[in-house]
Amino acid sequence: MSRCLCDRSINHVVLERGEIAHTWRTERWDSLRLLTPNWQSRLPGFSYNGDDPDGYRSVAEVIEFIASYAKAISAPVLTHTTVTSVRSTETGYLVRTDQGDWLCRTVVVASGACNVAVVPGFASKVPRSIMQRTAQDYRNPEQLADGGVLVVGASSSGVQIAHEIHRSGRPVILSVGEHIRAPRVYRGKDLEWWMDAAGVLDERYDEVDDIARARRVASLQLAGTPDRSTLDINALTEIGVTVVGRLGGIRENGKAQFSGSLRNMCALSDLKMGRLLDRIDEWAQRNGFDARANPPHRLPPTRVEPAPPLGMDLASGEIKAIIWATGYRPDYSWLEVPVLDRKGRLRHDGGVVSSPGMYLMGTQFMRRRKSALIDGAGDDARELSDHLASYLRQNSA
Amino acid sequence: MAVAESIANNGVNVAALIAAREALTSAPVGAQFKWRAACEWKNGTHSHSTVEGFYGLGQEQHHRRTFTFDADHPEVFASEDKGATPVEYVLVGLASCLTAGIAAVAQHRNIQLRSVTATLEGDMDLQGILGIDDDVRNGFGGIKVTYKIDADAKREDIEALVAQSQKRSAVYDIVTNPTNVTVVVD
Repeated sequence: MSRCLCDRSINHVVLERGEIAHTWRTERWDSLRLLTPNWQSRLPGFSYNGDDPDGYRSVAEVIEFIASYAKAISAPVLTHTTVTSVRSTETGYLVRTDQGDWLCRTVVVASGACNVAVVPGFASKVPRSIMQRTAQDYRNPEQLADGGVLVVGASSSGVQIAHEIHRSGRPVILSVGEHIRAPRVYRGKDLEWWMDAAGVLDERYDEVDDIARARRVASLQLAGTPDRSTLDINALTEIGVTVVGRLGGIRENGKAQFSGSLRNMCALSDLKMGRLLDRIDEWAQRNGFDARANPPHRLPPTRVEPAPPLGMDLASGEIKAIIWATGYRPDYSWLEVPVLDRKGRLRHDGGVVSSPGMYLMGTQFMRRRKSALIDGAGDDARELSDHLASYLRQNSA
Repeated sequence: MAVAESIANNGVNVAALIAAREALTSAPVGAQFKWRAACEWKNGTHSHSTVEGFYGLGQEQHHRRTFTFDADHPEVFASEDKGATPVEYVLVGLASCLTAGIAAVAQHRNIQLRSVTATLEGDMDLQGILGIDDDVRNGFGGIKVTYKIDADAKREDIEALVAQSQKRSAVYDIVTNPTNVTVVVD
């Protein structure tokens, strides 16, 4: 967005509470790799030119990438500047920070969709002897005592964390709710390549049937595996991870209860994946890729044990740690402008917030399916900065 | 050339359901419902239950008439078999909830259903309810639902109907997830 505002000669500052790429420096586990391939992180006027286009960036490489971009575009970033409040004024907004106040006519909220790890209320009933971490403050298996680990959530974060903890020698139980299975490589190409080429990632928010629902959908169960292997429930079952249903509750006596819905959760996920692959195959056929790519194939259905466990005693000492990979929500506690709905979500039309002169960036399916990806920022920023520029023109005194 | 698109008719008023969803999104208080049943002991294991009023959309509501249900146990339990067993009512509840969901989802996805039948089977080890073995639970060990569906759709689309119906089913949720139950004596 800063680059696009520069292109339109719009004076601006970028406020950053820490260093550039702060959340990547402070809120990621050690082994994480970006789940999109190197070639796919394309920013306005900046793209990958290294020798491993199909690789996945480590956390350090993501930090380096974002910092290099800020330098390349000479972004006017003020680091160590924490916004404490934003409120409306007669002519725009008053932005208060711990380094002084700013008056501005427009504000772009680019504070992220994953500020707070969401943990179910019944986490308070977990026995005190068990260590609890979220996907946000988990770093590596060495943080955890030896013994069993319950990982709750099987989207991208949950499966990766379950995988590495299991490989550290700690028995893992993975609690699986809604998730979307996806092969890392399909017909010889990265799934992201197909989704990019077939236009799936470019689908617009005003073209889908139910955008509210599309914005709530779990992210793909993809991992930036250096060997490009698919990390799904079957892969985890194969190495010995115990798969159970969604964690439905914890009783006062420390008994955890797992839902009996595991079979359907896996069926829904397999069907969703099947529909995505069908769509890719149709596109490949129409566009002459059948000769250039490997033939279509389908993954075997997700295996579910005949009778997965429906409960476990957390007080028995078998489980030493619980990792909550149960999603995130944005933190808008500093936003003192009435733009939130009753569920605390920001009301916006493709990133144009309901309060004039306010814009959003980087949330799930904001303007396009790719809006939350690094690769989605460019198109969104170009369009929203156009909107912002015309708003300034129309409202200039 | 204009192509007439066929519209499925499964007897579900999806427009009304979607309108209700929109109305209740803007007025979530109206979405708070209370479902009720009354039960009276007759004799032995025989009881007689009725369902008539419920609360929803901000006010008391009524069925068009009172529905009644006799529950009992079969003769192999030395009972008089004056009605289905309570656990069979649970199977009936699950089957009818999933089936209604299939019809509604099919209508929404413009899939014409020709026939939908389900058979259900719940496994139960009576050593639980008879107190013979504390390690055996009282309830079902597992429930198997088998659907036969004839519809104008591919097999994957029919499987997706059944999966989506489970995802949105109240009784499926009640059966698969814990619920706090409070029983008091007045």
